[in-house]
Amino acid sequence: MSTQTAARPRAVAAEVLQRARGRYLSPLASLVLFVVMFAAVIARYDFASPTQVFLNLLVDNAYLVVLAVGMTFVILTGGIDLSVGSVVALSTVIVATTLKAGWPMPLAVATVLVVGPALGLLMGLVIEYFDVQPFIVTLAGMFLARGLCYVISVDTLPINDPTLREVGLNYVYLYEDKFIRWTVVIAIVVVVIAVYTLHQTRFGRTVYAVGGNRQSAQLMGLHASRARVSVYAISGFCAALAGLLLAVQKLSGYSLNGIGLELDAIAAAVIGGVLLSGGVGFVLGSVIGVLVLGTIQTFVTAANLDSYWTRIMTGVLLLVFVLVQRLVVRKPG
Amino acid sequence: MMKRFAASPLLWPALALVALLAVNVVLTPSFLSIRVQDGHLFGSLVDILRNGAPTMLVALGMTLVIASRGIDLSVGAVVAVSGALACAHIASATDPASAGTVITAMGIALGVAVGLGLWNGMLVSVFGVQPIIATLVLMTAGRGIALLITDGQIVTITSAPFKVLGAGYAFGLPVAILVSLSVFAVVGLLTRRTALGMLLESVGINPEASRLAGVRHRSIVFAVYVFCALCAGVAGLMIASNISAADANNAGLWIEMDAILAVVIGGTSLLGGRFSLTGTILGALIIQTLTTTVYTAGITPETTLVFKALVVIAVCLLQAPKFRAVVSRGRSRKIPRRPNPAPGSASSGAQPRPIAEPTSGPAPSASVMVTK
Repeated sequence: MSTQTAARPRAVAAEVLQRARGRYLSPLASLVLFVVMFAAVIARYDFASPTQVFLNLLVDNAYLVVLAVGMTFVILTGGIDLSVGSVVALSTVIVATTLKAGWPMPLAVATVLVVGPALGLLMGLVIEYFDVQPFIVTLAGMFLARGLCYVISVDTLPINDPTLREVGLNYVYLYEDKFIRWTVVIAIVVVVIAVYTLHQTRFGRTVYAVGGNRQSAQLMGLHASRARVSVYAISGFCAALAGLLLAVQKLSGYSLNGIGLELDAIAAAVIGGVLLSGGVGFVLGSVIGVLVLGTIQTFVTAANLDSYWTRIMTGVLLLVFVLVQRLVVRKPG
Repeated sequence: MMKRFAASPLLWPALALVALLAVNVVLTPSFLSIRVQDGHLFGSLVDILRNGAPTMLVALGMTLVIASRGIDLSVGAVVAVSGALACAHIASATDPASAGTVITAMGIALGVAVGLGLWNGMLVSVFGVQPIIATLVLMTAGRGIALLITDGQIVTITSAPFKVLGAGYAFGLPVAILVSLSVFAVVGLLTRRTALGMLLESVGINPEASRLAGVRHRSIVFAVYVFCALCAGVAGLMIASNISAADANNAGLWIEMDAILAVVIGGTSLLGGRFSLTGTILGALIIQTLTTTVYTAGITPETTLVFKALVVIAVCLLQAPKFRAVVSRGRSRKIPRRPNPAPGSASSGAQPRPIAEPTSGPAPSASVMVTK
């Protein structure tokens, strides 16, 4: 009797462990790391409200969450998108310029949400149909988008649209005095849609299959080309949306926004356990990666360190993660 | 003969460079003129060579790394660290103008650069981390370290001997370009007159097979990362010496991207294997000429990036075998169809790793295309 009842939890534990050893290990490790780091920062600096500090992580990094979601799609297919930082800047500049020129707000937003995916689609088509390396094509895309920013405007342009100001400035109270902002709501919606797409739709399966083994996916009759082109359009869309979120957060458009942001997005994905070789990883892992980066930022600000410590610590953390992944997760195949 | 010339992978980059120069001559007729002033050559071409020297040097190191099927994103950070170390040492020395101080400073900077290269090499070859991530670590942290060395300030120095490397002249030419070209010559000799180049290509084409064939894959990978970091270190010294200051934030910013572009424009595939040092030099010159063109043409500097993007896309497309196939198919529609029409080529495109670029040139062209 007693052995039987004891065996069940043990079996469950074994199964959990089994699963954890597989593809869930890296994201779980990131989650543990995040909790430990966050707890350490909270304990060290004695914030008034830990909940609000956590919510602020989301508020400050809403755009990065959206960006990391798009990057995850691309990396899952084994590609990379270096253009996202510039597309973010381009989006902020476009929305600010068009609003200044008197366009109605919905039209300005729509323009941004068309330009980003269009650029992504273009890059995806070149990558897929002309067989040019993603690294190079998106690097060219990065130069192009950043150049277009400078062509449109080199000044900081304020955004005065009442609706956008409201989105950027108003609090969304969760309970009592704990609040988030609308940007966080948008980011969470994006994450939910991305998770659904990747795990519950044919397209999501194809993305994983293409990243795992392009040739097998093609031989199985999956639309490998379509998936590979689409992920760049998705990444472009996410970058455009992230640009809008950043513009709303800063209530301005500036062509020097988001320099090096693509590296943050890639770092978040890597810390979250997405393998750059493709086929392995989760959107939620990348979100945890963003939270880890945000915690570093919170720590550096709270400790009153120079801002370059953020970079050094991010680098060290990346290193730890890469090595842990190497030692614990054996290379597939 | 003509056919082999037309099939050479160097054709498009060379044509692009000539076209860019031609545009410049049209815009400013005096562009190609070189005169002697203060005992050294002076003119736009010399400027291009001098300003392009750091990128050229970094791109040479990058070529070898890419040939080994790797990539080094950390060179920009190494440039910043090297410049910061040298300037910090010279600024804190009692006698900044003495040759001894400058040599020690350069020694420290290059020593640390080699150390960083060893670090990259260790991550890649011993721990087996993907090169792009392994070097991403240093790319992220490196600039922070450089800022740490300079304490977040721009360190300015006054040291005549230190200025020689970046702004000096020897034999009428800028010292920087002489350094870059001699590195090019040495690397060219080492890789094409000894077996090193072939071993490197074998590692890049198939690491496992080359290991089984007895190639010391690990030492070669180590060596290329160290060499690449050393090149970046020297480039960092050039940049710091040219402006007599270490700007940890901006020195070598995006130089890794420029270097990778130069390598790719020069016809070396990012998938590793066959590489072309001459192509890389051409690529670096194209990038620098492009920047200079934008300035001399009176186009606002803000649009440089747009032009850069367009040229990069054009050159990469012209080099892509598939794009060329599409273009030549369009041209030769009248000619009877080849036995292997579209479906065959479509399925071959499905393969994830085309190991060697299918060029129509004869097999031994690998050695022809590189050494002069």
